Formats: sequence, structure tokens, C-alpha cells
Amino acid sequence: MNKLRRTVDKIKPHFQKGGKFAKLESTFGAFETMLFVPNHTTKSGAHIRDAMDMKRTMVVVIFALVPSLLFGIYNTGYQHFLAIGESAEFWSVVWYGLLKVVPIVIVSYVVGLAIEFIFAQIRGHEVNEGFLVSGFLIPLIMPADVPLWMVAVATAFAVIIGKEVFGGTGMNILNPALTARAFLFFAYPAWMSGDKVWVGGMVDGQTLDAFSGATPLAQAAAGNTSFSLGNGAGIDTIDMIIGTIPGSIGETSKIAILIGAAILLITRVGSLRIMLSMLAGGVTMGLLLNTFAANPFMEIPWWEHLLIGSFLFGMVFMATDPVTASQTAKGKIIYGFLIGFLAILIRVLNPAYPEGTMLAILLMNVFAPLIDHYVVQGNIKKRMKRLKTT
Amino acid sequence: MGKPIKVRRGLNIPLKGKAEKQIIDLSPGKLYALKPTDFHGIRPKVVAKPGTEVKVGTSIYYDKFHPEVQFCSPVSGVVKELVRGEKRKLLEIIIETDGKQIQETHEIHDYQTADSVDLIKTLLQTGFWQMITQRPYGVIPNPESTPDFVFVSTFDTAPLAPDYGFVLENMQEELKVGLDILHKISGKEIHLGLNAKADNTLFENLPHTITNTFEGPHPTGNVGTQINAIRPINKGEIYWTINIQNLAMIGRLFLKKSIDFSRAVSFVGSELNQTGYIKVLPGQSVKEIIDGKLVQDNVRVISGNPLTGKAIEKEGYLSFQENQITILPEGDYYEFFGWLIPGLKKFSLSRTYFSWLMPGRKYRLDTNYHGGERAYVVTGEYEKVCPLDIYPQQLIKACMTEDIDKMEQLGIYEVIEEDMALCEFVCTSKTEVQSILRESLDMLRKEMS
Repeated sequence: MNKLRRTVDKIKPHFQKGGKFAKLESTFGAFETMLFVPNHTTKSGAHIRDAMDMKRTMVVVIFALVPSLLFGIYNTGYQHFLAIGESAEFWSVVWYGLLKVVPIVIVSYVVGLAIEFIFAQIRGHEVNEGFLVSGFLIPLIMPADVPLWMVAVATAFAVIIGKEVFGGTGMNILNPALTARAFLFFAYPAWMSGDKVWVGGMVDGQTLDAFSGATPLAQAAAGNTSFSLGNGAGIDTIDMIIGTIPGSIGETSKIAILIGAAILLITRVGSLRIMLSMLAGGVTMGLLLNTFAANPFMEIPWWEHLLIGSFLFGMVFMATDPVTASQTAKGKIIYGFLIGFLAILIRVLNPAYPEGTMLAILLMNVFAPLIDHYVVQGNIKKRMKRLKTT
Repeated sequence: MGKPIKVRRGLNIPLKGKAEKQIIDLSPGKLYALKPTDFHGIRPKVVAKPGTEVKVGTSIYYDKFHPEVQFCSPVSGVVKELVRGEKRKLLEIIIETDGKQIQETHEIHDYQTADSVDLIKTLLQTGFWQMITQRPYGVIPNPESTPDFVFVSTFDTAPLAPDYGFVLENMQEELKVGLDILHKISGKEIHLGLNAKADNTLFENLPHTITNTFEGPHPTGNVGTQINAIRPINKGEIYWTINIQNLAMIGRLFLKKSIDFSRAVSFVGSELNQTGYIKVLPGQSVKEIIDGKLVQDNVRVISGNPLTGKAIEKEGYLSFQENQITILPEGDYYEFFGWLIPGLKKFSLSRTYFSWLMPGRKYRLDTNYHGGERAYVVTGEYEKVCPLDIYPQQLIKACMTEDIDKMEQLGIYEVIEEDMALCEFVCTSKTEVQSILRESLDMLRKEMS
């Protein structure tokens, strides 16, 4: 360790003002602070500080996402072999999944981080850790068969337009990962919806002709509420909970998502308020639709909405993004509830969009500051009233 | 005494090095310093140039804005030198004592018969007036103003804070006189905040008081928290607050008719080989206090508590009215993958370090930032530790953008630095909450005058 530290100290002057590589100061800083928490001591104010920092926050979220990624890798392989009609051993299933998913992760990180580093360099800031999570989220909300160049374009769009133009991490209005997905959804709709993209190899026609790669959500939208896999085998509730169904890479396994939720809640990194209120919103809408059911999709039981599509994934990992969510405690409850409510509403009643979670979260991202405004205004009004009565 | 008011939000930081209930004897120091930087919003004008012989209570400097507010020597001796900083800003006036403690002859009026004008005059002349703090802004009150309300807290919940029940054990008479005087000069009953979890025999049956009991974690003992729970400050109102030991010292001044600045402070921190209480004078040389009492040498000496106190060099001097000296380890080291390790010895409000599995553990915390400064990302953490009915993060953002209207609307008059010190402690983005708030308070005070 000391040896490493000495090496870092030796090359550090080259990256500081006046050094050969002074232009790369923030890039160097990013790597240095990743290796070592800096030796900065408090100068003013509180002499002691909480051990929590941005890196720790982000790394906890990444840990919470790992189960979803691992299951996503397995499921990608599993769906593929199902579609080509072969049975394969566990490791070859995983191998196929790795070949599909790892390149998406790499592309997302390389493109996103490169842009982040360039912007940090131009601004002369330290590199912010925010993209470590966004870069992990983007692959998890992509279909397995998405072309890599699309991932690259979407990531670049999300980081530049979704984040950096507003001033970087902490300043963005829309969730960057969802911005990437929304970009692809509207720019290349054929690749983000339909029956083919969810199963690896299907776009290239490697799969059996009779095989359908429709997700349970798409099946429900088509009025077929007894879900089945592409080869005709039925999907039961257990399958949807375990996650052996077609869908975006990280969204299918409810168990993996709930493990992530537990990590976020125990560490107090994720907001319980948002998760619970979004759940309540979704359930409320589900019950309302059941009550006034006019077609098979409206009839599916309210709890099944939590298992199909990306509702749960969005609830645990997307809606809880503190930057784009409401910031006040009351605001978080309103914000979460409306996301859940709208997500199911859009999902069931809008035929143009097969999944409502993404759009509901993005919509409420835009309204979050407004919600906060009214919550804070309540506090201000109380103060004004107090002033008047005295 | 009614039911205790329960304060739910807040945080007790469990530090090692709590004060043992013992008085540690200290040989009297040689060097003392008056530090104008202990007070906000004054412009010092020195009257005792180097070489001047001074007595206890001799005016050393005064405030140009309020020349009647005198800042007096705590010892008798000779003014040695003036220490200036950038732009010739006066930092310290150093006095070498002769050890005789001869007193200046000020007229100390009889507190039972004197009227408020005479009492205030005595306080101003002897340099005791500045023991009272005015809110908003946290400044020395204008001697011509009278407050709308007066609040005093009898306990301190800050990390390693002194136990005033112990400090003031034999000073009930002084407290009574102090309250008498405070009542006379303010014309108000004094709101006294009691600790529901402590023995309050010392603070019961005191004259001119309205008592409230409080229960909860830090900052429950802060007078700002108590004010906010009882009667929040409105724009345009003036509140006086005074530390409970300061109050007893004012009482002692009139009761004994002797100018005595000595106070008992808690001498605490993980880096001391013996903790306890010591009797000090304001401005006493730290070196003479800590010599031979440290476990190791790389330490931060703090006049005050670890959240709000002032860092002083080892060659430096105590602040005017802090009741605590805290010695913590410096954190000037690099930590290999510090953000990834389990962190059994790290303390955090969050549960991202496994130390949360060990409640009751005491920590040896150092002065490392534990991370770099970032834009705000995490929300809701300030609210968890700030019991005041304000939106702390929104308020700090208003301060950052220097939006005066917003600051007023969000309740800036209700807070001074100590009320938001915990926000600074927990901040994931390592925002300098207290200095941001202070800049805004200073700016606001200028705008309003």
C-alpha cells in the first residue's frame, strides 16, 4: 500500500498545475481518489464528518444492482436456448449470457465515462461518481438483442443532453439511464418493443420459426392474459417472481430486485417513502382498473401488475434516484404515488406504449420540482402566518 | 414542570473521551490572548498598545460600531504584542500575566438596588456584556435594544459536552443573581430549557423563569432547538440567549463584586491520557494546558465541541466563551480503498458501514473529510438531524444563490451555525454548511442595517 502511495505521490506533480499533463488533472484525480480516500482535513465548521461520501453511496447502489445483473446474464442465455429449441448446460447458458450482456455493460461505461471525464476536465471539476450507477443501469434496462452502437448512441445522448447540459451530476432533471432508454424507444421503436428483441439471437433469425419472444406485458396488451413462453409453455406466477421470462436484461427477476431493495433500504441509501408510495400508487390503479374492467388487460389482478414489465425495477432503482426525485419528505410520497398510479394507467390504457413505468418516472421527474415547490411553500406560508398574527 | 417536549430528529455522535467527573489541577498559564475573531460583526479598535500595563477588567479594545462594548483583559500584566493576519486584520492581542490578578476599579453596582441602565453599564465596562448572544445573526446584542424573548438552555447535548449540573454544582446563588440581572435588563421572564434525563435540582425554583423540559438527541440541548419548539423567531424580532455558565459568571460578578473570568470547561477527546474538567481563563494559552497530557502528537485542538468549536494551533489560545476543549486525532492520511472497506471503526448516519451492527460503540473520529466535495445528490439527510421546522437543504441552497427573499421565507432568522452543524456533519456531498450560513447571515445583517 505504502509503495503504491509513494508511486502515486511521485507521479502526482506531473498532473498538477505546471506539470507535463496538467490538462489531465481531474482524470488523474478520479483514479487517485478511487485508490485512496484523500488526506483532506476539515478546515472550518464541523471538525468531524460522517464517513459517508459519494463513492460509498454509489458503490452501495451498484452492490444492490449486482443480483439483477447476474440473473439477467443467466436469463439471457436461458431464453436464447429456449428459443433455439436446444437444452444446454448451466455454464453454456451463462456463457451465452455473458457474451451478450458484458459487451453492453462495457460499451455503456466506456462511452459514458469518457464523456464524463471530458466534461470534468473542461470544467476543471473533480469527476463525479454519478455515472457509475447510470452506466450500470443502462444495460439492465436494455433488451438482450440491442445493437451495441445503439447503446453507445443512447448513452452519449443521455449523458450529454440528459445531464451535462444541466451542469452534471446533481443538476439533471431527468434520470439519465431512463433518458437513454427513452431515446432509443422513440428513435428506434422497432428495437425497443415488439416480440423479437427480448430474446438473444432472435433478431438474426437463429431461433425456431414458431418461437415467439413476446413478453408477458406484450401478451397482456394483446389481450392474452394467460401468459406463455415463446415455445408455448405456460408462465406461472413463480416464473415471473424468479424471472425466467423474456424482458429487459435486469428487470425480470423480482427476487433479485427485492434483494437490491433490501440492500438499499437497510443501508438507508434508497428512499423507503418513494418505494412504498409508488407501490401504493400502482396497487390503487390496479384495483381501480379491476373495478371498471372492460377488457382482459384491465381484468388481470392488481398484484400481477407488480410482476410483469419493469414496475418493480423502476420502483426500486429508478424512481428512488435522489437527484431527479422530489427532495422533501412529503414530496417524495406524492411523487412516488403518482409514478405508480400513472405507470399502470399508461401501461393498461395507452395502446401506443407497452410499458408505462419508464414514461411515468420521466414525467414525474419533470414534475418533482413543482411538487417540492408546493411542499416548501406550505412551510413558508406557516411562517408568514406566524409573522402576521404577532 | 409539564410533560417533556420530545425532540425526535437529531443525532448523538458517540465519541471516545468523555469527561470524567473530576477537576484536573492546572498550573496558571503565562500567556493569554484576546481574539476579536471570537465575535461576529465587530470592528476592533485597540486601546492598550504593546507595553501597556493592564489589570483584570482593563479595556483592551472596543467595537468601533458600538464603542460602549469593551473587551477586557482576563488577567493583570503587560500587553505583549498584536498579531495581525491578511490585510492587517487583527487576530490576537497577547498579554503576559504577572500572576497577581490585580483588578481594575470599575463600579460594580449593587444588583438589588441598581436599575437596568446601571447594570448594563457595569456589564459593558467589565467586558461581561458580550456573554449574551443576540438572535438573529448570533451576535453581541446592541446595548440600547431590549429583546422580545430570552432563552437559556441548562444543558448541552453536543458530543463530549460538559455536564452543567457538575460545573455549576456550588453556584446556585450565582445563578439566581444572574437571572435577577438578566430579568432586570431585559424586562422579560427567562425561558429555561431543562433536560428531562438529568437531575435538575440545581435549576429548579430559580427566579423569573418559565421552565420547559426537553428530551431527545443532539441538538436538543441547543437553545436554537428549544426556541424553535417554544416560540420560533419571526422576522424583526430580537431574542437574547446566554450560556448557563456565562449567566452564573455574571451572577458572580455582582454577588462577589469581583471581576473574575474563570470558568470550568470539559477537557475531553480520545487523544488525552486523562479527561475531566479544568478551570481556565478566556484566551489562555493552549500549549500550557495540553503539555504532557496527549497520547500522541498529531492532534486537532478545538476550543469548543467537535461540531462548532474553533480549531486552534497548538501554540494558540482559547476562545472567549467556549465551555469545552476537545482534542481529536488529525485525519491527514490517505486511506486505501476507504470507500469500499467494511468500516467497522467508521461512524455514519447511514448504514453503509458495518459499524451500525454494533450500537453502543464509541468512536475515535478524526478530522478527515472522508471524501471529496460534490454537488448535492442525496436528499433527506439534513432533515433527519435537524429538528427545527425549516427545510435545511432548501435554506442552504438559497444561501448559496444569495437569494435573500428565499432565505427569509425559509426561516434564516431562526438559525445560527450551531443549529445546522449536524447537517454539515452528515452531508454526503461534504458541503460547508456552517460557513455558507455564516456568510449569508453576515450579508443579511449588512443589508438590514
